[in-house]
Amino acid sequence: MNISRLKRRGNYEWELPAAGRMRVPGVIFASRELLEAMDEKVAEQVANVASLPGIVTASYAMPDAHWGYGFPIGGVAAFDAEDDGVVSAGGVGFDISCGVRTLRTGLKLADIEAHKARLADVLFARIPAGIGSTGSIRLDARSMEAMLKGGARWAVQASYGTVADLEHIEEQGRVAGADPACVSELARKRQRDEMGTLGSGNHYLEVQVVSEVFDPAAAHAYGLVAGDVLVSIHCGSRGLGHQIGTDYLREMVVAAPAAGIALPDRELACAPIKSALGQRYLGAMRAAINCALANRQILTHLAREAFAEVFPGVRLPLLYDVSHNTCKEEAHMVAGHKRHLFVHRKGATRAFGPGHAELPGEYAAVGQPVLIGGSMGTASYILAGAAGTEERAFGSACHGAGRAMSRHEATRRWNGRTLIDDLAARGILIRSPSWRGVAEEAPLAYKDVGAVVEASDHAGLAGKVARLAPLVCIKG
Amino acid sequence: MPENARPFLPLATGNRRCAAHRPDACASGALMQWQTFAHEADVGIRGSGATLADAFAGAATAMTSVICDPDRIADRETVTVKCAAPDDELLLVDWLNALIYEMATRHMLFSRFDVGITNHHLTATAWGELVDISRHHPAAEVKGASYCELAVGRQADGQWLAQCVVDV
Repeated sequence: MNISRLKRRGNYEWELPAAGRMRVPGVIFASRELLEAMDEKVAEQVANVASLPGIVTASYAMPDAHWGYGFPIGGVAAFDAEDDGVVSAGGVGFDISCGVRTLRTGLKLADIEAHKARLADVLFARIPAGIGSTGSIRLDARSMEAMLKGGARWAVQASYGTVADLEHIEEQGRVAGADPACVSELARKRQRDEMGTLGSGNHYLEVQVVSEVFDPAAAHAYGLVAGDVLVSIHCGSRGLGHQIGTDYLREMVVAAPAAGIALPDRELACAPIKSALGQRYLGAMRAAINCALANRQILTHLAREAFAEVFPGVRLPLLYDVSHNTCKEEAHMVAGHKRHLFVHRKGATRAFGPGHAELPGEYAAVGQPVLIGGSMGTASYILAGAAGTEERAFGSACHGAGRAMSRHEATRRWNGRTLIDDLAARGILIRSPSWRGVAEEAPLAYKDVGAVVEASDHAGLAGKVARLAPLVCIKG
Repeated sequence: MPENARPFLPLATGNRRCAAHRPDACASGALMQWQTFAHEADVGIRGSGATLADAFAGAATAMTSVICDPDRIADRETVTVKCAAPDDELLLVDWLNALIYEMATRHMLFSRFDVGITNHHLTATAWGELVDISRHHPAAEVKGASYCELAVGRQADGQWLAQCVVDV
C-alpha cells in the first residue's frame, strides 16, 4: 500500500483522511511494515465502508487486514440506528459467526508425546471434516427452531457440554434477538446434516502447547502455564450461515436504491437498521450466530469424547469462545455519550478490556481472552483485551495472521503431501481429507502472525498473553 | 473486457467443448473457457465463450475447479437449475449460488453444464456425481458467490465474459 496519503497518528495507528464520499476517516492499526505490505484494495475498502450511512467515528482496519469483499477482512465499523445507520450483510459475510474456541486439557506436553499419533487418528475419525462430511445429528423442525434461538445453551441442554461452558462464551452462549422466522427454508435445508461439522478451507481443530507466556497475571487468570496442552477449534455457522448471507446480500443489493443507499461496491449491500429488511436480517443473522455457537459446542463434545478415549478421565474445560464475523448491538461511549451501536466485525475479534460487565468473573481484572488462530506450522496466540480498547476501535482486535498469497499461488509453491511430511518431521501431525487443501493452507501462505499480534499489542487493542505451538491439526 | 473488470493474470485455466445438448443452449461445439484469478482472501472465477451462456457455463466450471479438478468428476447424474434476476450480473451470482446450494444439499460436484439464457432468465442442466473424498480430494468448500469483482459483458473481440469472487 502506498502510505503517502495516510496521516500517522502513532507508531501503530494511521489515518486515511475523510475525502469524497467518506463520512468519517479511516483508521488502520498496523506497523509500517504490515501497512506497506497491505494491498491497495484495503484502503479502498476502508474508504468505501466510511461512506455508508450512519457510520460512527471511523472505519477501522485491524493489523491483519487484507483485501476482502465489500469490507476488508479485519474491518470494524459501528452504525447508529438513530442516525439512519445501516446493517450490512456484506459487512458480516457468508461465514456468519465464524470463530475460535480454546479448551484447556489439564495435560502437559510430556503427557501426550507418546500418544500424539493415536490422538490425531482418533480426533480425525470423530470430527467430521471437509467437503461431503456430515454430522450424526439430524434436527427436526422443532429442534432446529430451538437451536436457532438457543445457540450453545440449546446444545448444553441437549447434553453437548456443561453449564460451566456457557459462562465462557460471548453472550453466555446465546445471542438475543434471533428470529428463526427470518431464516429461509433453503438455509435450514443446507444445515440439515451439517450440525457438528468442521467445514473446510481454513477451518481446523488443533491440539497446541503453551510455548511461551508473556503476561503471567493474565495467563494465571486464564488458567495457563507454559507446557500446558490446549485444543482450539476454528469454524462457523456452516451451510445455514452461508445461505443466510447469500439470501440477504441479494435482497439488500436489490433494495438499496429504493432505500436511497448508493453502494460504492455492491458487496457492501446493506439496509437501514430500522427498516423491515434490516430487522429481518438481524433476526436471521443472530440465528446464524446461535447456530455457530451450537456447532462449536457440539464439536467441543466430540473433542472431549476423543480425548477421553485416549486419556480416560481427562476433562476439557472451555477457556473462551470468540466470534469474528458478526454484527452485534453494543453500548459504547462516543465523545462522552453512551450510544447503542451496531458493531460490524468482519474478520475481527471482540476484545473487551478489563472491568467490562460482559466478562466472566475470573477474567474481569485482565480483560477478555482474544483467540488468534495460526496456520498449522505457525503459532497461535492468546491475547487479552486492553484497557481503553473500546475508545480505540469499539473494543476490537485482530483475528489471525491473514493470507499473504492466493490459494493458487500456495498450491504452486507447495505440495500437500510433502508439507505434511515436513511438518511431521517437526513434530506437527496433520490429518486432512485433501492434500491440495493442506497446500492451500500452507503456513507460509499466511502473514507473520507474530508481527500481527505485536502490532495489536503496541496499538493498545489487545495485549499478548501466551503463544501456542501446534502439535496436531485436523484440517477440514 | 468490461470496464470495471481488472486485468487479472489468469491462474488455473482450462477449456472444454460446451455440452450443447439443446440448440439454444450455446453455440454448437463452442470452446468454453474458464479460469481462476487471484484474490487475497478468496478466489476469483471467470468464464468466457462465444455466448453469454458459454461464459456462464465456464464460470461454473471455474467454480468447480476451486473445489477439485473438474476432470475427476464423472457425469453420472443431472440436476436442473432455474433462476431469474433483474440483470445479467445478478443472474451470474444467482446461478453460481444455486449450484452451491445443490452441491451442499445433494453432496454432489458438477463438471458439465448446459446453460440457456433468455432475458435474464436461466435454465440449466448440471452433470455430476456424489462427492467421493478418496477420488475427488476436495480442497475447499465454496460458501457463496460474492458481488466482488462481479462483471458480465461482451469484450472487444466479441467474446462474452462472466466473473466474480467466490468465498471459500
